[in-house]
Amino acid sequence: MRRPPWVALALVLVAVMAASLMLGATHVAPGAVWDALVGQGSDDVARTIVRSIRLPRVVLAMLVGAALGVSGSVLQGTLRNGLAEPYLLGVSGGAAVGAVLAVAGGVSAPSLIALAAFGGALLAVAGVLTLARAAGGASDTRVLLMAGVVMGAFANAAIMVVMAAGSPDVARNALWWMMGSVAAAGWRDVVLLAISLGAVGAALLHRARWLDVLALGEDAAESLGVDAGRAGWRFFVLASLLAATTVAVAGLVGFVGLMVPHLARSLSAARARPTMIVSALAGGALVVAADLVARTVRAPAELPLGAVTALLGVPFFLWRLRVER
Amino acid sequence: MITFHAVRVRYPGADADALAGVSFGAESGRLTAVVGPNGSGKSTLVRALLGRVPLAGGRVSVGTDAVNDLPRRSLAQRVAVVSQREDPAFPLAVRDYVALGRYPWQAAWGTPSGDDRAAVARALADAAVSSLTERRTDTLSGGEWQRVRVARALAQGTAAIVLDEPTTFLDIAHEMACFELLSALAHAGRCVLVVSHQLNLVARFADRVVLLSRGQVVADGPPDHVMRGETLERVYEWPLVVSRDPAVGAPTLVPLRKRHTPFP
Repeated sequence: MRRPPWVALALVLVAVMAASLMLGATHVAPGAVWDALVGQGSDDVARTIVRSIRLPRVVLAMLVGAALGVSGSVLQGTLRNGLAEPYLLGVSGGAAVGAVLAVAGGVSAPSLIALAAFGGALLAVAGVLTLARAAGGASDTRVLLMAGVVMGAFANAAIMVVMAAGSPDVARNALWWMMGSVAAAGWRDVVLLAISLGAVGAALLHRARWLDVLALGEDAAESLGVDAGRAGWRFFVLASLLAATTVAVAGLVGFVGLMVPHLARSLSAARARPTMIVSALAGGALVVAADLVARTVRAPAELPLGAVTALLGVPFFLWRLRVER
Repeated sequence: MITFHAVRVRYPGADADALAGVSFGAESGRLTAVVGPNGSGKSTLVRALLGRVPLAGGRVSVGTDAVNDLPRRSLAQRVAVVSQREDPAFPLAVRDYVALGRYPWQAAWGTPSGDDRAAVARALADAAVSSLTERRTDTLSGGEWQRVRVARALAQGTAAIVLDEPTTFLDIAHEMACFELLSALAHAGRCVLVVSHQLNLVARFADRVVLLSRGQVVADGPPDHVMRGETLERVYEWPLVVSRDPAVGAPTLVPLRKRHTPFP
């Protein structure tokens, strides 16, 4: 089978990011973008727009997409299910509840919000798997998705309760989390997500062979010497950590983790490690592009980023649902 | 090589033992076949060998070590298993699939060594699937897929290989080819343990047959010793005759229509 088209993917990512730095409410010419990035030129307005507003936003969007892509590819491999992804499994919803509760409780440091999101995500994973097992097994696509949707609905309800009970400020914040956005991107968010993606991504790449073995099924994995239960939990925790960090910095951005791993597998072999890397590159490009669409189609108004990815993701989901029975 | 000693297994909620004191050994250099009707405990035997069911009594050993004391990885370095069914979640290239057999020998990062590559190439050749290496597993026919799975088990490089119903979905030519391969592997020095419903194939190829019924060993020995009409008829609860096949004179079982039963 083909090797993944690394160069082409990287070029697409760079091109989308470059376009995203140029286009917006104010267009900045390519030359001016370059000057602003390297710190030359005399156009202070362009420099402020590119370096202080667009660059952190574009980099954050790229990291959010990469983290969601990796998280989705790991969840799909662990659950042996091509429809698994953090948003549909309720993992992101749980993370949002954790983040909203933290904010309502007065927490403002991004790392603490991320920690609360991670706690919420883990509770959601445990809840979804318990629900699915009680209803007949986590390997049954329909049961698992149903459990995830139930968990997502519960998370939505919990956020709405917090919104109704909290101050207008809390309500605005909660709404922002539910819609997903990188508009408020700051370098602190970028650094937090970069650290999380770097550390978790390295751990996942290191153990990628486990995922290959797990994808064969529990019996085969055990006969090859892998403790399927323990390995599965480890991947769940790591994938949830990635998804939770994206929720903490950008709110709910759904379906990226669903679409991107499919693209990765159709571009190359289905082995876990290349799938993860391709998912990171393609996920980055997808979210940067989606954010570009979100802030340009009705500029200067912005569409929620989560709405744009959902508009793409729902038809994709229906198509995969038909293919995967 | 593989020894079952008075092995007892009872599933939770069951009113009888799935294995009620099973003892036999499968030796290196021999093709040992386990046969028996549905529910006789064949699959439980394989699960017990892999340490996947708790033993209510007895002991399963590989070499001199009890299976339950061995770390999973050490067990995987000694025994390879081709289970009844396997459905990879995502299609892989055949080469990548067979290479997963090297997993128990690799460090976490899993970069294949020269030994790994050589073992994979040899396994592909031994299972006669070298021509399929670039195909995706979801494009293979039933016979090809079965051979590719055997290749993965061979790549594991173990002294023992266990196959659970390896010929279920195969036509005559592929059935024969599969047993020829197993027989060749055994006679090249491996311990081969195969669970099968195909009594006639087993009679042709196995060096030793273990007949299970209701979780107990009813007969154990060379095919001629085990394939007796009265024994099989009692165990399978169906009228049958055992004759000799015209080609090599191996015992051959012929089940009868009930109304043609010669002895009412």
